[in-house]
Amino acid sequence: MDLKEKLVSSFLAFENEVNIDAFVHDVRTDAIKIFEEKGFPTKKEEAWKYTSLNTVLKEDYSVFPKQESALDYKDVKKYFIHDIDTYKIIFIDGKYSSHLSQTTHGGIDVCLMSSALSKPKYQPIIENYFNKAAEKDSLSALNTAFSNEGAYIHIPKNKVVEKPIQIIHFATGNESATMLQPRNLVVVEENSHVQIIERHQNLTQNPVLTNSVTEIFAEKRAIVDYYKIQNDNANASLIDNTFIKQDRESLASVHTFSFGGKLTRNNLNFYQEGERMDSTLKGITIIGDKQHVDHNTLVHHIEPNCESHQDYKGIFSDKATGVFNGKVVVEKEAQKTNAFQANNNILLSDKASINTKPQLEIFADDVKCSHGCTIGQLDESAMFYMRSRGIPEKEAKALLMFAFTNNVLESVKIPELKQRITKIIADKLGVDIGFDL
Amino acid sequence: MSKYTEDDLREELKTKEYEYGFYTDIESETFPNGLNEDIVRAISKKKEEPEWMTDWRIEAYRIWEKMEEPEWANVHYKKPDFQGISYYSAPNSKPKYDSIDEVDPELLATFEKLGISLDEQKKLAGVAMDVVVDSVSVATTFKKTLAEQGIIFMSISEAIKEHPELVKKYIGTVVPQKDNFYAALNSAVFSDGSFCYIPKGVRCPMELSTYFRINQAGTGQFERTLVIADQGSYVSYLEGCTAPSRDENQLHAAVVELIALDDAEIKYSTVQNWFPGNAEGKGGVYNFVTKRGLCETNAKISWTQVETGSAVTWKYPSCILKGDNSVGEFYSIAVTNNYQQADTGTKMIHLGNNTKSTIISKGISAGQSQNSYRGLVQVSSRAKNARNFSQCDSLLMGNACGAHTFPYIEANNKTAKIEHEATTSKIGEDQIFYCNQRGIDTEKAIALIVNGFSKEVLNKLPMEFAVEAQKLLEISLEGSVG
Repeated sequence: MDLKEKLVSSFLAFENEVNIDAFVHDVRTDAIKIFEEKGFPTKKEEAWKYTSLNTVLKEDYSVFPKQESALDYKDVKKYFIHDIDTYKIIFIDGKYSSHLSQTTHGGIDVCLMSSALSKPKYQPIIENYFNKAAEKDSLSALNTAFSNEGAYIHIPKNKVVEKPIQIIHFATGNESATMLQPRNLVVVEENSHVQIIERHQNLTQNPVLTNSVTEIFAEKRAIVDYYKIQNDNANASLIDNTFIKQDRESLASVHTFSFGGKLTRNNLNFYQEGERMDSTLKGITIIGDKQHVDHNTLVHHIEPNCESHQDYKGIFSDKATGVFNGKVVVEKEAQKTNAFQANNNILLSDKASINTKPQLEIFADDVKCSHGCTIGQLDESAMFYMRSRGIPEKEAKALLMFAFTNNVLESVKIPELKQRITKIIADKLGVDIGFDL
Repeated sequence: MSKYTEDDLREELKTKEYEYGFYTDIESETFPNGLNEDIVRAISKKKEEPEWMTDWRIEAYRIWEKMEEPEWANVHYKKPDFQGISYYSAPNSKPKYDSIDEVDPELLATFEKLGISLDEQKKLAGVAMDVVVDSVSVATTFKKTLAEQGIIFMSISEAIKEHPELVKKYIGTVVPQKDNFYAALNSAVFSDGSFCYIPKGVRCPMELSTYFRINQAGTGQFERTLVIADQGSYVSYLEGCTAPSRDENQLHAAVVELIALDDAEIKYSTVQNWFPGNAEGKGGVYNFVTKRGLCETNAKISWTQVETGSAVTWKYPSCILKGDNSVGEFYSIAVTNNYQQADTGTKMIHLGNNTKSTIISKGISAGQSQNSYRGLVQVSSRAKNARNFSQCDSLLMGNACGAHTFPYIEANNKTAKIEHEATTSKIGEDQIFYCNQRGIDTEKAIALIVNGFSKEVLNKLPMEFAVEAQKLLEISLEGSVG
């Protein structure tokens, strides 16, 4: 039985098992129909031209991990940003781990999707926001059909969340192969401010496929910073679908740091539904081996006077393949839009490849839109300069590559997170130097 | 102070009629509508082609039958009815002319209206014309001068008879029959076109040029062009197109194949000004063209195009950089107005080492038109030190039109250096203000700016053509180009 059939046939059992209200039930039933009709995307679809899911889908995934497993904090501490105080929402094999988590209901809600979906108290929010930003593509629909657990974050008006929120999904590999479908909802109301760090981590050698959907709503003048750390092992594949709806004068940014995993696909969609707002999409990709990272971004400018900034840097070695497919749509009404898109890549090996497709679709005349894309190598004169001053080749290369990614790192607002990413980069480049000196 | 604004310009653009919409009444011999194997055979027979050519056409027809019309392009139109088109029409006065006096006077008048009278062209020395009206070549000039150098420049149907070995060797090598839907159709039914062969080490002393016109109501035109530049040779080839006004949509599916052998250089320039449809978007030519060039070692192919006409354009002049150190260039201005749609760009396929390509594309959209750039830069894993620079700029006039960019970049070699940049903007008010301040009225200012915007490409056109390109830009964007 292939994965699609398995998922479709287990849907009914899943619906009986979970306790949800009628609204969500309807949404889910509609979603499974969409998935059943469309199936998994294939390379024939333009958006999936360069990424094939075949190797990932052939595993026999267990769709509902049954066993509960526990983890010791000291064993997994290294995956946390542990040097600062944070709220934590931690999942192990898709199940909430209260032991590792630190949630709150004091003024803000940082808790679980499962309780939000089942408790009447949250119903107004769920009915207003749940599945309102997500696209109706097959993978998002699949997630919607099985949405049950994930992070639920609701920040009411005029609140500045004093510490960042960490969301971590661990896979323990108790089952031979696991498919996880976390569903996150983040609602940030007027004038509020929140910072979120998200991470997926496979702790075993068993394959894991994560199909995650995150919906983020940034209301008037809200500020949302979302950081994704993707540094998983070679058996973990991630399809991350993130949808952000912004209201006027809001600021939203998503930073994606892709350093690992077998196959990573980031579908990042911004919808600007108001005036004078700013969206930032940035990413660093450093991969090797046979890894594959695909960034598929969309910024939809609907109203006038908005800005968007995209900056993606990629370094590919060994047989790694990278894809960047960025799309900026500027609607007729969205005059005075300022959209900027850049994608810079370095190929370090003859077997590595990069396919990039930065697209602009513009229907308004009074706009400033530009995109730039480069593929190149390290500057030899810069290398020579450093080598002639006694810096070994490896370190010199690493310094240049770090400098190359620095544009993206600069806008990370949490210093500890920045340090951590810097360390991961040093590690990826195989050097032991502190770049922050 | 003139009160000429962009709104006025838009108004003018709306009302500007296609000046070259006229229809010459030449008695034609036209095939019945529809397409099947018999028609393909009949075309081949009519043209007295050898058997291998007939077989080649039939093969293409069989491939075409199984293919579907592509839909990926960013254009929307009513699909042509391929059984409702006549696939052959030839002017009746068939015999070849030795002198210009023998040419049908009505035909000459047509050319005069276009401002390209043969007399004038003849006197302009340096331009040889292979005039194509409704698919059959009716006048060829300067053939003798060229023959002295060993240059073969004739219609492809003549070439099939006179130089079958060359045609057989090269036809379909760059654009195979199965390449795409329209290329297959063209391979099956191509009526005529130009053939050009430059021998080893010869530098063609003049610009070669062809005029294509679609003249007969309801006739599709399927041109086939084959240009072969042998080792170390050079040729500059010009192609220009104008078509009369017509209400029903006309289909044009041409195939152009360029082959540049070692150290050869081909410069191929096009000015395309087919009837774009009227202000309501009615009528106009469908232009679905496959153009591709193959570069051997140290060879260079340069495409320059000025696209102002056609209701729907679907055209990607491409270069396959097969040999080491080969160079591909693409310079394009695409202007769309009213309801025109253009999806155009290029493909640069880097296969050899040290290959270089440059892409400069300028899109100007006005009215309700949609203008897309679609390009592919591909570096194969064995192509060392490939270099590409691409620049796509779009200029928008009014908020009912759209400009789109779809660049595909695929790099599979670490030594590749690829740069791509694209911008979209309108004519800046500050720029106009700057000009106004210095006593340049708004109309002139817009002209200056548009001119400056397209200059990089206009500069690449040969002198003879640059003048005409300017004229055509004027028709499309009257009031904005000086």
